[in-house]
Amino acid sequence: MTFAFQTWVIFRRQMRLALRNPAWVIIGLAQPVLYLCLFGPLLKPLAAQIGTTNAYTFFVPGLLIQLGLFGALFAGFGLVSEWREGVIEAERVTPASRTALLLGRILRDISLLFAQGVILVALGFAFGMRGSIGGMLLGLILTMLLGGACSAASNALALTLKSEDALAPILNSIALPVLLLAGILLPISVATGAPQWLVTLSDFMPIKYLVDALRELFNGNIATITTMWGVLWTLVLFGLGLWFGTRTFRKDNA
Amino acid sequence: MIHARGLARTFDTKRGREKVAVNAVGGVDIDVEEGEIVGFLGPNGAGKTTTLRMLTTLLKPTSGTATVAGFDLAKEPIKVRQSIGYVSQSGSTAGIARAGEEIVDHALLYGISASRAERRGKELFDQLELDGMWQRQPKTMSGGQRRRLDIAMGLVHDPKLVFLDEPTTGLDPQARANLWVHISGLRTKLGSTIFLTTHYLDEADALCDRILVIDHGVIVASDTPDALKRQVAGDLIELVLADETQISLAASHLASLVDGSEADVNGRVVSMRVPSAGTELPALLRALDRAGVSLAAIEVRRPTLDDVFLTMTGRSLREDA
Repeated sequence: MTFAFQTWVIFRRQMRLALRNPAWVIIGLAQPVLYLCLFGPLLKPLAAQIGTTNAYTFFVPGLLIQLGLFGALFAGFGLVSEWREGVIEAERVTPASRTALLLGRILRDISLLFAQGVILVALGFAFGMRGSIGGMLLGLILTMLLGGACSAASNALALTLKSEDALAPILNSIALPVLLLAGILLPISVATGAPQWLVTLSDFMPIKYLVDALRELFNGNIATITTMWGVLWTLVLFGLGLWFGTRTFRKDNA
Repeated sequence: MIHARGLARTFDTKRGREKVAVNAVGGVDIDVEEGEIVGFLGPNGAGKTTTLRMLTTLLKPTSGTATVAGFDLAKEPIKVRQSIGYVSQSGSTAGIARAGEEIVDHALLYGISASRAERRGKELFDQLELDGMWQRQPKTMSGGQRRRLDIAMGLVHDPKLVFLDEPTTGLDPQARANLWVHISGLRTKLGSTIFLTTHYLDEADALCDRILVIDHGVIVASDTPDALKRQVAGDLIELVLADETQISLAASHLASLVDGSEADVNGRVVSMRVPSAGTELPALLRALDRAGVSLAAIEVRRPTLDDVFLTMTGRSLREDA
């Protein structure tokens, strides 16, 4: 009860601050929306080549994953500035659980992600995306879990480094290979003409299984092997992120 | 209230490719009794903040033990946190939040009910001259106001023991003097015990019952400000003579106060340090008078804590401050 209450206090405060200055929420959404508007039309004539009938039903799940990854991965920057303002120390000196301090922040990122995801999917519909609503809802949940994992890892990394200058190159060097190897923009598959070595390389990228699963779900194929792998990887990543995050937040000298 | 034994903290840093252990704090003993205001004085980098962070459970000591507010630091950190307030030098509130919300949220984390938190927060705002600022954003406050807000944050759960880290650093002289009044008021009004760090001598002098001097991670002295000054440097007596020909006569009288010492002569001024000028002066003046030495002026300078620090460590506090 106390733990849940402390998490709630932290979450409510974080949401209040995020909504008071929603610039970051909007900027976070701007990237996938730009991709949708400016890159989506290029995919439309290629729909048959990339093995789909509706380019947007193919493209929006990838953008959703991108939103989940990038939005939450950069949450650590907020934590560094909170650290600089002394807020983190002030919270750590209270009897509140240090896990609650992290969890409140993760929940903030997951909630914002939900709102952004709904907007993105709605925009997808406006562009002509069609598919299974239930599948999309499940896809959104997987995205939120992925976002939670990224938020936990990013916050923990930020608490360890305490510097934007150290954080930025690390996050960027993670983000770009993920974006390319997860097949977010174009499918990485031998069937659509990708070289075998690239396909093999991308098989080692867990996020790829999420992207594939989301594409299945959006098409309404809920109980498939692809979906199962996606769910499995989501849970693994979520568990790892939470483990790394709580471990870092609980360390006495972090 | 605080009893620390051999509290030490080592940091691993890299020098070139080598890993080097740096002793930030090398085993300090600290005793603070209930109701005391104790100052922790030392230059930047002396280990003040590191010690404070250990005592407030923010940093795990490499070795040593401590009881803070009656609880063991290592075994019952939650109970320690429950009983102490900590005002850090970096602040405690988000610039874009509202002052009142920050206070209430902070209190909620201590398990205080929202209504009590708001009542207590508003009381503290009154006491700390922050009335009317409940809805203000901290980023729009002056340096002194924001520091007082940090103090209110640290006091909202009525801690028995308050830690203040460099409370007046970066404030203008008026804001500093004003904050001193509030800090000493914490004890008289709330009965709090206060442990503060500072590198300002006047601050330690004005506020503290007792001072711990720390340098290079080691406590080099612990006493009242007056005793510290008496013990180390002594008072400076300066005699300004009306008649320059009487200089050597005056110098020998002054030198006779302390065995084996010599007075400094500089123009018409003769000066020397004595353990306690107050007790020496009456006899000295009578003796000079009997000898027919006529004085144009007499000056007594009490040693400053800077003199103390210089004598004890060979460095001036101001070089680092």
